[in-house]
Amino acid sequence: MTQPSNAPFSFLYQDRGGQIFLSLLLAVTLLVPILNVAVSPESALHVPSYMVSLLGKYLCFALLALSVDLIWGFAGILSLGHGAFFALGGYAMGMHLMRQIGDRGVYGDPVLPDFMVFLNWQELPWYWYGFDSFAFAAVMVLLVPGALAFLFGWFAFRSRVTGVYLSIITQAMTYALMLAFFRNDMGFGGNNGLTDFKDILGYDIQGDGTRLALFVASALALALGYGVGRFIAASRLGRVLVGVRDAESRTRFLGYRVEYYKLFVFCVSAMLAGIAGALYVPQVGIINPSEFAPANSIEIVIWVAVGGRGTLYGAVLGAILINYGKTYFTGALPEAWLYVLGSLFILVTLFLPKGLVGSLPAFSLPRKQESPQAHAGEDKPSDTPHPPSPTSEARP
Amino acid sequence: MTVLSARPERHDTILYLNGVSVAFDGFKALNDLSFYVEAGELRAIIGPNGAGKTTMMDVITGKTRPDSGDVYFDAMTDLTKLDEAAIANLGVGRKFQKPTIFEQHTVFDNLELALAGDRTVWRALFFRLSQEQKDRIEEVLETIALTAHKDQQAGSLSHGQKQWLEIGMLLMQDPELLLVDEPVAGMTDAETVQTAELLTSIAGKHSVVVVEHDMDFVKSLNCRVTVLHEGSVLAEGSLDSVAADERVIEVYLGR
Amino acid sequence: MVFRMLSVLLLMGGFLIPTVAFAAGSFEDALANLNSRKFKDKQQAITRIAESGDARALVTLEALLAGQLFTRKSDKKVLIGEKSHEVYRLTDPLTGQETGQAPSKELKKIRINNKLRGLLRGAIGGLTLLSPDPDKRLAAADAVFKARSADMVPVLEKALQREEESQIQERLARALAAIQASHNQDPAQKVIAIDQLSHYSEPDVRALLGNIAQNDESEIVRDAAQKALERVEQDLARWALLGNLFQGISLGSVLLLAAVGLAITFGVMGVINMAHGELVMLGAYTTFVVQDVIRSAAPELFEYSLFIAIPAAFIVAGSVGMLIERSVIRYLYGRPLETLLATWGLSLILQQFMRTLFGPTNQEVGTPDWMSGFVEITGGLVLTYNRIAIIVFSLFVVLLLALILRKTAFGLQMRAVTQNRPMAASMGIRTGVVDMMTFGLGAGIAGMAGVALSQIDNVSPNLGQTYIIDSFMVVVFGGVGNLWGTLVGAFSIGIVNKFLEPVSGAVLGKIIVLVAIILFIQKRPRGLFALKGRAVES
Repeated sequence: MTQPSNAPFSFLYQDRGGQIFLSLLLAVTLLVPILNVAVSPESALHVPSYMVSLLGKYLCFALLALSVDLIWGFAGILSLGHGAFFALGGYAMGMHLMRQIGDRGVYGDPVLPDFMVFLNWQELPWYWYGFDSFAFAAVMVLLVPGALAFLFGWFAFRSRVTGVYLSIITQAMTYALMLAFFRNDMGFGGNNGLTDFKDILGYDIQGDGTRLALFVASALALALGYGVGRFIAASRLGRVLVGVRDAESRTRFLGYRVEYYKLFVFCVSAMLAGIAGALYVPQVGIINPSEFAPANSIEIVIWVAVGGRGTLYGAVLGAILINYGKTYFTGALPEAWLYVLGSLFILVTLFLPKGLVGSLPAFSLPRKQESPQAHAGEDKPSDTPHPPSPTSEARP
Repeated sequence: MTVLSARPERHDTILYLNGVSVAFDGFKALNDLSFYVEAGELRAIIGPNGAGKTTMMDVITGKTRPDSGDVYFDAMTDLTKLDEAAIANLGVGRKFQKPTIFEQHTVFDNLELALAGDRTVWRALFFRLSQEQKDRIEEVLETIALTAHKDQQAGSLSHGQKQWLEIGMLLMQDPELLLVDEPVAGMTDAETVQTAELLTSIAGKHSVVVVEHDMDFVKSLNCRVTVLHEGSVLAEGSLDSVAADERVIEVYLGR
Repeated sequence: MVFRMLSVLLLMGGFLIPTVAFAAGSFEDALANLNSRKFKDKQQAITRIAESGDARALVTLEALLAGQLFTRKSDKKVLIGEKSHEVYRLTDPLTGQETGQAPSKELKKIRINNKLRGLLRGAIGGLTLLSPDPDKRLAAADAVFKARSADMVPVLEKALQREEESQIQERLARALAAIQASHNQDPAQKVIAIDQLSHYSEPDVRALLGNIAQNDESEIVRDAAQKALERVEQDLARWALLGNLFQGISLGSVLLLAAVGLAITFGVMGVINMAHGELVMLGAYTTFVVQDVIRSAAPELFEYSLFIAIPAAFIVAGSVGMLIERSVIRYLYGRPLETLLATWGLSLILQQFMRTLFGPTNQEVGTPDWMSGFVEITGGLVLTYNRIAIIVFSLFVVLLLALILRKTAFGLQMRAVTQNRPMAASMGIRTGVVDMMTFGLGAGIAGMAGVALSQIDNVSPNLGQTYIIDSFMVVVFGGVGNLWGTLVGAFSIGIVNKFLEPVSGAVLGKIIVLVAIILFIQKRPRGLFALKGRAVES
């Protein structure tokens, strides 16, 4: 507590891991555009445009992982439905990009997107109104995931659904949304989702400059997300959350309304996931209901677990490493990827409960609150509606 | 021992239970339990296993809703309508049987989290400790003899130290009524004596209800004793008088 | 093709007993008239061909209905043509002999419209009403009902007199009543016929009655039809209700099978096994392998293949389950969220392993004869044998499990370990072995469920994924650690789902059920049949 506690960003002073992470992120953000624009394509150091988008995609996943870590690592809420918030943010952005197509679609309708013309829709459904404005869409990117998180969390946390029960119903939530978005009647393009985007804010979405701009935006969003996450974690609220994670009933008996604390961080996390989704969509050029698939959401959790939960930058590291691995394996050895991913799930939970950041000596920094813990996800069994006793005792 | 803020002594009823019953799947954990605690009183509650001591605490703190009966705090607040957080904020503090502290936090942070004050989310997000509050925490650290351990992770404390830390957290909460469940389990004799001193010093300005098995400890509290058996009050009075009660002897010694 | 040849032979053999007088040569004339461009001429021609009672009439009309009757452009001869590769093989309807082949450009198809199609169906029906084959007579009775041609009355009456099978009699009577109700001149006769019709609670009859109630000239008839319509609709609604109920119970039994293994691993042991679906999938693949072996080694055993597959699947899935428990899960007891992740990883590996072994496509699992087919209760309520078998099987599995848990020494040990591990251990129970066996039991039951599901679902590496969320919903909804809750949960989810489907559509119905369960869990976090009290909290 030697740092001036009232200075801006004081919450970052003690966070050495975060300082390293932010410096690295800054370096990458500066280097990639330079290597893309200033280095000639023949050079080995040149970063081609597709690579820029790929890296931008990784950064979006990193932000998504960070949002999961914020609730899992600190508050002990294991969401198996965070892909839903990511996808909703993505759909909000996709709807804007769809409206931007205007009359350049295959059917040339100035208002209706192609899939609506194809399905013989006569007019734009009300919930598509306003999405022609970027500002409106940007607000929706935050508001829609935030509102869903609020609604869901309000019911779940107030009725004290915790632990695996919460995980299972978050999974059911994203599953229900997936089924819903697959329906053509929903007006979100059904099976095919939203695609064939033309431009964003007037710039060609495929253009090299746009790709770079989106990459930089993703990096900024990630940095911002980290800042928000770290600020929360370092505040008293963050300490209350860790308290909730480790001894929920104690927090209650101290007079904290645990459900509001959980609800707050759940909504923040959902909005961060929404931003990640919104930046992801223009970089990959499509959003479809498969983003809601429960398997996707579980995969996010393993990114966090591999990197190390409760550190925020661990989640980033995990997301980038695993997605790089996925890109590599699906290209080189597609058969092997699921074996690798499956084994990662098992090996990390058995042998690396603290993740890479917590286990490798290079990363183990003396820190106060963030030391990730093997049992970080568990509640005190007394608050969990568990079957009689098996989970409450440590077994030999 | 002037840790807690001064409060005028009062002689009205702080806690009032009347005809409280709780059943779990046919098993009556509390059976028409009635008793009351005067403001500023120190009360010990004893009873064999399964007498309903913990369930009674659960009912008072809002963890368990009674099937029937009234629970009033400070003569006007119906506790059966409130949840744990609301009851805690009214001024009821609870120490669990098994020490329940935030193992991942430092001792200092544990106390800071217990610090009385606004518990809203927004305030917690922008909360900063004032010098006065820091001094309060230091004072309590002194009282519970953990000053040297204040930056240590609470999980690494000994069992007795954890008990003290939890009592310290209660002190930080500055409640009107303290419910203390087996505070001296796992403590050395010296620590036990200190604990008894601490609790007696708190009483008067605050009401304290202590559940304990250790008869020597109860004796050293030198207060009114309530004996619970099968979910209701079996006897009440000074330790000597209840110890002479035949029904109590029967329950404790069996036949 | 075979069917066609048979019917030709039968007709040639003179089995058809013509009841309507016919003039020689009228068939040939009428056939030629089919060439006409006017549909009215064709209509007359069809009626004449049908009335001719000629042995060749049936083949010709069937060909016309199937779009296989052509006019050869060169000589305007009407011929039956069957496409083989690029050309048509031609048959002369007059002789029944093949007369070579022709490319499509030399032929002109005789076109018909819907009105003619109706007429044709009725005519064909009339021609086969007296067939010795009961199946054909049945089909013919229904065809005549649909066509509702007044010309058919004499044939129908004749057929009704001769008919001995009560089921066909009923269908014939229905056709006759339908024709009378539509075409009789006398309103009183119509009313009688309508009254007869009202006993048939069938969608077809409802449509007919609705039509009469709207369009008949006589008010008495319209009123009678209206009353009959209401009665039929009531009956239909009742049957639809029962049908939904059966569908719901059937879906419930599937859910129950998928979930009952989880009721052990999750409910009793508290282990979140995300690979549960893959254990079901292993059971389904075991069925496939067992059938494959039987087909090549002992085909005569195929009828019993499922009875061999059930224990096999139990052993395969149970062994894999025990392996999982010993190698992964036992290190994660008391850490449910970690268990969830690790078992999810296992599920990915198992899926990919089966994909590597058997390929990503669906495997063909055969259905024994005794399980195929159906029993028709009445008016549209059809119960398929495989569904009935699955319902019975699911109840059998639950019963078996309840017996194991309650009546065996192993069940006693299992409950002892669940309730107080250190105490059980100190009494000499080897808790590790009990854990392994318990998990193996849950896994084995999942495998048995796989055998049943292989009969109604595609056997592919993704099979388990389809069921995992549903099964967790069932267990959580019913109340963890409660077999009875799982049973009730599965059937109520199944039934509610099936009752929602007609209202909201299948997908939306499923979404509604999911959302309802999510809300329900939040209202009652411990499910339908919750364990209460301190035992749960400690």
